[in-house]
Amino acid sequence: MPPAPDPALLLRKRPRPLERGIEFLIRSSAFVMVALLALVFVFVGKEALPLLTSPRVWEEVTLPSMVRPQEGGGFSWQPISAKPKYSLLPLLVGTAKVTTVALLIALPLAVGAALFTSEFAPQAAREVIKPAVELLAGIPSVVVGFFSLMVLATWLQDALGTTVRLNAVTAGIGLSLAVIPIVFTVAEDALSAVPQAFRDGSLALGANRWQTAWRVVLPAAFPGVFAACVLGAGRAVGETMIVLMASGNAATVSLDPTESFRSFSATIAAELGEAPHGSPHYHVLFFLGAFLFVITFLLNLAGQRYVRRLRRKLEGEAP
Amino acid sequence: MSRWIRIVGAAFTGLTGAACLAILTMVAVILGDIALHGWPHLSWEFVSTAPSANLAEGGIFPAIFGTVALVLLMTVAVVPLGVAAAVYLHEYAPPGSRFVHVVRLALQNLAGVPSIVFGLFGLGLFVRFTGGGVDRLFFGGALTFGQPCILWAALTLAVLTLPTVVVATEEALRAVPRSYREAAYALGATRWQVVWHVVLPQSVGGMLTGAILAVSRGAGEVAPILFTGAAYYLPHLPSRLNDQFMELGYHVYVLTTQSPDVEATKPVLYSTVFVLLGVTFLLNLAAVLVRSGIRRRLRQT
Repeated sequence: MPPAPDPALLLRKRPRPLERGIEFLIRSSAFVMVALLALVFVFVGKEALPLLTSPRVWEEVTLPSMVRPQEGGGFSWQPISAKPKYSLLPLLVGTAKVTTVALLIALPLAVGAALFTSEFAPQAAREVIKPAVELLAGIPSVVVGFFSLMVLATWLQDALGTTVRLNAVTAGIGLSLAVIPIVFTVAEDALSAVPQAFRDGSLALGANRWQTAWRVVLPAAFPGVFAACVLGAGRAVGETMIVLMASGNAATVSLDPTESFRSFSATIAAELGEAPHGSPHYHVLFFLGAFLFVITFLLNLAGQRYVRRLRRKLEGEAP
Repeated sequence: MSRWIRIVGAAFTGLTGAACLAILTMVAVILGDIALHGWPHLSWEFVSTAPSANLAEGGIFPAIFGTVALVLLMTVAVVPLGVAAAVYLHEYAPPGSRFVHVVRLALQNLAGVPSIVFGLFGLGLFVRFTGGGVDRLFFGGALTFGQPCILWAALTLAVLTLPTVVVATEEALRAVPRSYREAAYALGATRWQVVWHVVLPQSVGGMLTGAILAVSRGAGEVAPILFTGAAYYLPHLPSRLNDQFMELGYHVYVLTTQSPDVEATKPVLYSTVFVLLGVTFLLNLAAVLVRSGIRRRLRQT
């Protein structure tokens, strides 16, 4: 249906002089939204740039030195020592480790719950699950971090018998609590957007409800469900407080999920307070921030792309 | 064959149901644990006095005060800007324009920026660039605004919560029936008169929802204020815009990770978490109630 013509244009009522000023402000405010996103990139990038351009910083650290093995073949992150070392590898391994654990837990739970909510749950159950997930989304991440460190870590250590309390399993479970709401919400929206006719057609052909859900609804909503997973991954990579509090913060290169680790986000949070303004360490931490920004930006962009693709697929119209 | 299908079907439904149950259990366990341990230590004294004995005793009044001051400042900054942007997107922008598409994309991506990156951004743009510039221009280089303080922390949170306000306001603008606008135009109103006298009064609820959600989000965020103004402990309440401040979420972080004796601070810690959760949940509840009213109207039109 074409949109109805705008009455303001039809009537050609001219704005009065004062109104022109107000309308200018309103228009600028929309521009500010775009400018802010650009400013985030510019101001984080600006402080990260000396790592690439300043010879003074190069005396202590260069980008290639952050990825190459250090003297003696090690990869360590020790920015505050007589001879500072900045290897990205421990942080990369730590971030990948905790993100993997969190996604392994969060994705099946959130997508499964979304499928149940949209396909099988009676209305009454739906009205419990949705607010509960909203409640979970409303818990500040510092509270989840507190819970992971104080309660969850002890339970897990008793159950698994790990040597260190704070490890990638503890932090990953905590992190999954922050990822579940976003994955659930986006996936559930996608599944509910599948037209009822798809289900009716499938049931009329003799399929039962789970076959319909698995073979018809899920494939139809797939771009949206995939988008949910990508957006969840973006959230997991960037989340700070939970990982900062429950990771143990040991910068080790170990793939073992029961060992302490350190992530990009937690490193920034833990060290920026002590890094003197303008020091090589300071610029390196901003570089990590810029890196984090770019990764999450790309993940979000990809996620939104798939959401639009789903909308196009189901509604058959341009985004 | 058909028996096999029924078994797989039951298992499939059971598994997805179990996923739901697992999520519900997690929520219940966290909230239950915090309520159980946080409630006993809670008292009027706790919320109205300052911490003592290395934060292990006394109350959390300065943190509550700091949080309230912080989110109030944030609201003053974010609501006018967010509402204006929503008004542009819904009332002014020509439908299908390229610029609107870009603005929406920017908003969605702003919502996905990790909160720690906002902390770096606040430090770079507000504290160093703006604050440092103000100091050089007006204070002869004396350190006044070029340091972490409540103003910069509030502005950082305002940027972080901007998408929330825009989305909530736009939803409310959508709920205003088209006929209201057409009636106003027919009476000879200009576009701004329609917005100011007809549309905005009808969408106060949506703006309120946006503001409440923003406050609830802002009150719980710690990463953005780590370097832009939050303080470990202060003997005085913040009284000027360039003062540092204590904050509930940051206080939870400090008590959890930096306490020399975790067992001794446990009652204080749990009760602080309880207060923080209570504040954010009450705000969320208020937003849900206001919003459901708007949605009901949206369905009627």
